[in-house]
Amino acid sequence: MADTAPPNTPSVVERTRVIAAGAPVVAAHFLGRTAALVLGEEAVLLVPYKGDEQRLALHGGGILSAATDGVSVITGGDDGKVFSTDAKGESRLIATDAKRRWIDHVAAGPDGAVAWSAGKSAFVLAGKGEPRSIEVQSTVGGLAFAPKGVRLAIAHYNGVSMWFPNAQAAPELLEWKGSHHDVAFSPNGQFMVTAMQEPALHGWRVVDAKHMRMSGYSARVRSFAWTVGGKWLATSGSEQLVLWPFQGKDGPMGKQPKMFAAFAVRVTTVACHPKQEVVAVGYADGTVLLVRIDDGAEVLGKKPGDGPVTALGWDAAGTLLAFGTEAGEAGLIDLA
Amino acid sequence: MSSEKAQTEKLPVTVLTGYLGAGKTTLLNRILSEPHGKKYAVIVNEFGEIGIDNELVVGADEEVFEMNNGCICCTVRGDLIRIIEGLMRRKGKFDAIIVETTGLADPAPVAQTFFVDENVGRRTKLDAVVTVADAKWLKDRLKDAPEAKNQIAFADVILLNKTDLVTDAELCEVEARIRAINPYAKLHRTQRSQIALNEILGRNAFDLDRILDIEPEFLNAGDGHDHDHGHDHGHDHGHDHGHDHHDHGGLKHYHDEDMQSFSLKTEKPLSPDKFFPWIQKLVAEDGPAILRCKGILNFKDDPDRFVFQGVHMILDGDHQRAWKDGEKRDSKLVFIGRNLPEEKIRKGFDAVVA
Repeated sequence: MADTAPPNTPSVVERTRVIAAGAPVVAAHFLGRTAALVLGEEAVLLVPYKGDEQRLALHGGGILSAATDGVSVITGGDDGKVFSTDAKGESRLIATDAKRRWIDHVAAGPDGAVAWSAGKSAFVLAGKGEPRSIEVQSTVGGLAFAPKGVRLAIAHYNGVSMWFPNAQAAPELLEWKGSHHDVAFSPNGQFMVTAMQEPALHGWRVVDAKHMRMSGYSARVRSFAWTVGGKWLATSGSEQLVLWPFQGKDGPMGKQPKMFAAFAVRVTTVACHPKQEVVAVGYADGTVLLVRIDDGAEVLGKKPGDGPVTALGWDAAGTLLAFGTEAGEAGLIDLA
Repeated sequence: MSSEKAQTEKLPVTVLTGYLGAGKTTLLNRILSEPHGKKYAVIVNEFGEIGIDNELVVGADEEVFEMNNGCICCTVRGDLIRIIEGLMRRKGKFDAIIVETTGLADPAPVAQTFFVDENVGRRTKLDAVVTVADAKWLKDRLKDAPEAKNQIAFADVILLNKTDLVTDAELCEVEARIRAINPYAKLHRTQRSQIALNEILGRNAFDLDRILDIEPEFLNAGDGHDHDHGHDHGHDHGHDHGHDHHDHGGLKHYHDEDMQSFSLKTEKPLSPDKFFPWIQKLVAEDGPAILRCKGILNFKDDPDRFVFQGVHMILDGDHQRAWKDGEKRDSKLVFIGRNLPEEKIRKGFDAVVA
């Protein structure tokens, strides 16, 4: 296990446009060729490729969650508000919680659908009209839209509720004891995975609710993402990049994960390249590595800094990578 | 202290407990309204009871869940994990966090949250559990409400409130009842929850570096008795409450029926190879009974003091500092709990000397 990337690791650090975020960066998304860096408090920083930065003060407080559909970035704050912001910097107030509760989670779905949660309540706004809401058994830990159709996964204590907001039927409950946080569907919609309070992931095969447990981490998994086509699930939470195989119909059941890019510090954030089997891996010391799954080849994207990497995002073409750290470092790496 | 420079410091968290009607909300309003120049983020359960308009008052759901080993001792407050992570977005905007629990809450899951969740533990530290008790009604609640007893047993600081509603004799009686359960907490007599805030905030009661003195509170007055066995001495000399100690002959000694505390002490150095397996096995087996434990330990051939503390099954310990020249190298442990297997613990402790 190496303490840092070996000295002969190829580097793309010199292709970085350094951005003064001035605040912790909690998410990095792309709206076309414009990076949207979501800051811990109040603002979203829009960074157009080769254009001037634009700081948009949206929330009257902390920003607790962010998501994107590639067109807009959705943010939820402790001011009880949900905003949608496009690449031009035009913002729209989507909702204000009636009790001014914190907006803990947001999700972006197909055809501009937006979901958010406050306490035990989850809301969906799809198309025109009023948002629909549902109350689940305990505080919502995470939200995710299924890749097709308007179906929302709502993580909470002891499982996930799968809700069709446009149907009358009660949501289907996928049970597993414990506290479930972030939730995500595989790109083909066949699998659903949650990050648990314990250092483990839990997964279900959606069609028959068959369980899969993914454990062995040294910390809570706070970031996970599927590689292009959904062949691998890239995960943080260990001192290396852990990749679970999702090629077969059984997912990772009975299989071992692949592990790459071992380090002395933990992986905090991962982001998968949209076209190739490459993962951007952020570490607790601020390092960013690009890792190719085929052969484990590594490229240095960012040298260690002041704080853990908390945000990584690719543009749709896979030629721009945005990063941000808890200490407020940020940048745009041009790989074209 | 404000704010910007404290980025890397852990934010102190005070847990405020107390049975229904004891005076918690009055205390909270006092903390928020006094001109102390500090900003507190407050996590409350009953929104609206706070009479102060404060953007940093957050509603909680008091949602408790068990970690996946299924043990009741490893229950944590999931809502606190979420709220504290959210508050950290506003790091630098406040100096400390206060968590108010409902009158019926068990303080243990709150305390355990700070040991169990790495992210919470990295950014915040538990400062103290402060319990407000009603001088008039506590005696009855100790009989019929196990929650009230838990809150007393768990406390680092106890405000015995509404003392104007009882006679001196009743006050001594209720203090004796409290001491029978928890002789280690700092006890203050108050009316309308009036207290200097430095008596309840910034206590560092869970700071391993501050585990200096784990003698029962009433020993600090130096009344010359040897109270090594530590429990059931029913009189508090630890602070000035305006009456003489003329009733020494009539000290009240109480045993609480199911909640006890006791201390262990030895001058013989301990063997770390025996001590750690013993304490780990003890909390694994009897963790549900042990509400809190603390210790200062003298290991053989170790120049440093070792200190530890525990909440149910969770233990936290470290080398603290070198023993000073001339300092008495005793090892001391205290336990507070419900139906503690005292004999078993004493025998086990006797067997871990080097």
